Amino acid sequence: MSTAEAIRLEDVYKSFGETQVLRGVSLRVAPHEVVCLIGASGSGKSTLLKCVNLLEPVDAGRILISGQDITSDGVDVNRVRRRIGIVFQAFNLFPHMTVMRNITLGPEKALGTARAAAEAHALELLERFGLSDKANEYPDRLSGGQQQRVAIVRALAMQPEIMLFDEVTSALDPELVAEVLDVIRELAKGGMTMLIATHEMGFARDIADLVCFLDEGVIAESGAPEAIFTEPSHPRTRQFLQRIVDAGRL
Amino acid sequence: MRKLLVLTASLVLLAGCAEEPSNQPSSSGGGGDKDPCAAKSLSTVAKGTLTVGTDRPAFEPWFKGSPKAYSGYEGEVATEVAKRLKLPIKWVVEPFNKAYAPGPKDWDFDINQITITEERERAVDFSDGYFENNQGVLVLEGTPVAEAKSISDLEDYQFGAQVGTTSLAFINSTIQPTAEAKVFDTTNDAVSALKNSQIDALVTDVVTTVYLRDFVVKKSLVLGQYPKTEQFGMVFEEDNPLVECVNGALQKMKSDGTLEKLEQKFLQQYLEVPTLE
Amino acid sequence: MIGGRGILISSASTIIFFAVIALAVALAPGSSLVAERFFDPYHLNRSLFGTVTTPSVVGAFVLNIKMFLIAEVFILILALVVAIVRGIPGPVFFPFRAVAVGYTDLFRGVPLILVLYIIGFGLPGLGLKFFSSQSEVTYGVVALVLVYSAYVAEVYRAGIDSVHESQTAAARSLGLSRWQAMRFVVLPQAVRRVIPPLLNDFIGLQKDTALISVLGPIEAARAANIYAAEQFNYGSFVIAAFLFIIVTIPLARFTDRLIERDQRRRRAGAAL
Repeated sequence: MSTAEAIRLEDVYKSFGETQVLRGVSLRVAPHEVVCLIGASGSGKSTLLKCVNLLEPVDAGRILISGQDITSDGVDVNRVRRRIGIVFQAFNLFPHMTVMRNITLGPEKALGTARAAAEAHALELLERFGLSDKANEYPDRLSGGQQQRVAIVRALAMQPEIMLFDEVTSALDPELVAEVLDVIRELAKGGMTMLIATHEMGFARDIADLVCFLDEGVIAESGAPEAIFTEPSHPRTRQFLQRIVDAGRL
Repeated sequence: MRKLLVLTASLVLLAGCAEEPSNQPSSSGGGGDKDPCAAKSLSTVAKGTLTVGTDRPAFEPWFKGSPKAYSGYEGEVATEVAKRLKLPIKWVVEPFNKAYAPGPKDWDFDINQITITEERERAVDFSDGYFENNQGVLVLEGTPVAEAKSISDLEDYQFGAQVGTTSLAFINSTIQPTAEAKVFDTTNDAVSALKNSQIDALVTDVVTTVYLRDFVVKKSLVLGQYPKTEQFGMVFEEDNPLVECVNGALQKMKSDGTLEKLEQKFLQQYLEVPTLE
Repeated sequence: MIGGRGILISSASTIIFFAVIALAVALAPGSSLVAERFFDPYHLNRSLFGTVTTPSVVGAFVLNIKMFLIAEVFILILALVVAIVRGIPGPVFFPFRAVAVGYTDLFRGVPLILVLYIIGFGLPGLGLKFFSSQSEVTYGVVALVLVYSAYVAEVYRAGIDSVHESQTAAARSLGLSRWQAMRFVVLPQAVRRVIPPLLNDFIGLQKDTALISVLGPIEAARAANIYAAEQFNYGSFVIAAFLFIIVTIPLARFTDRLIERDQRRRRAGAAL
């Protein structure tokens, strides 16, 4: 049982009702590795990420986090989730709490950290990403880009081993995308293990150690970014990338 | 501008509706008849009939039998009055609280053990009295309150009465208990409270008090009656000319002994009660 | 200029509207009689403060206030418990969910007046030590709490359901337990959203405290009734109505402010 892998998916199946969304996905992410998932909408990227942090239960297959089989019976779901941070497309900040409270809620209640320590750590993170002046604001006062960065900080406050990003810039106005991508770049530089679903091809090419093309519930092709983007071997990958180029996004 | 005119026009129409003639009983016939109480010239709500209102349910021994033709004391007093006015009688239901509402009525008079008081006369017209009423006090046998011998012994007990009766006024002004009396919607509720010992004593008119002892509440006793010399009267809309005619009939019923006969027939058994000091 | 014209027209419209209604009422043939029967200052005054034989309407109203303040606290709590129990998943908790559903169905189905009768006259009749010897006000408050909690539980449930599940997803993703997510993330948002219907029910409760009079205690509407029956005048009811209104209005305005403040915050947190 190798603990070398941060995340390992073995032949994962997931259906919603009659629709099979994941049809046998296998994937390995090494510690400190950055893996980008690309693919058309509905290809299963979101679902895959939600299976990794157990928001969705898998129908078949296994998922291991640092060697622990989290899909087996008797797993403490809450404890697993504390090791994995996830950021959603729609930010999902808690509107009735200030930015500071959004960030300290998890550490205080789930990790039992004392409030003062949690707030100090939160402030540190906010400063690191240029948001310390927003600490006492409510989310409705922040721009989309700022809210998403707060969402990232909120996930980081739990000091996870792994970060998952689910199309985190898709809901943002174009001029706000860069600030969020910069944050993710910085995390990558810092050595965080990350699994990123994204439409931002340029960014993926830049930051990924591995790119996986998800097509109709399976990983049709995976490889180094240069290989995938310049010489994709699978016809579907070529089709997909061609459409992106045509749309002027690559 | 146009909308404003439309609004004004419709509101003026609405105001116009308010001017409709009311359905006051109209007095008929100018100079012809000398006797204003003759059946032909009586101004009743429904021509040719005497419409009488009372509450529902109507309790014994005041009312008995079918609501189409009540007997019982008040039932037959009203029927007798109608007979003497040479009119057939028709009964309608009127909740007590509506009897004194302003405006024209659906009935000629209301009869419902209503006590004549000066204050009430400011709002309605009463006939002459047709029954002299006293307050009665009902308690459960074997309870401490049953030992009471006079009004002053009753201060410390919990009293109950029905809303809208003069019994509550009697409790507050004469007995003056330390605990506020409890007031119930109906006599039935007050009776339940007595049976559950939620109240120690129930005060209501003496006839009803004795009726309850004999027929409704087992192991109860009547402490006594307190003479307050209240008179029950029929309620009329203010300035109704019918009052005179009804009073005339009542007067005759008193002088020829009819009223007393009715009292003996329906109420006598309930009136033999010692007096409370 | 256009704004000025608008104000002119709306003022003229308002004045005409109310003037005509006032005129219609004043010209009605029975208007002076109605004025005397409902609005005579002599009666308004006497009923307000009470007489030897009639209880004061204001004094009795204190009982209404006491009852709805006490009842409302218990209702807000019991209803929340019922709403949460109804939502606990898992087969093990089925009996609890069933009881919660049954309770809600039962007490929303039976009219309050019946519940009052059954509890207020039934319990004392049973002769049980503790349950049979409470005061009528206690029985009344118990009945109000049982019935209103059933309605308010449904209001809470609607509020809880209205919080988008992405909020729960975000909370659970941090590693918070189901209960922690409910307590810190869902419930605070749910409750803020249902303040208008909660207020509605609270206002209904204020009026329904009058029903407790069937059990004997003299509250404001009953005191009004007593005066009216003795004097054959309805002025006491006008006083009682007035008292109920002056309690309701500030509450309604305060709630408007709460809602306004919450609306502003609700916009964000999700691009949804």
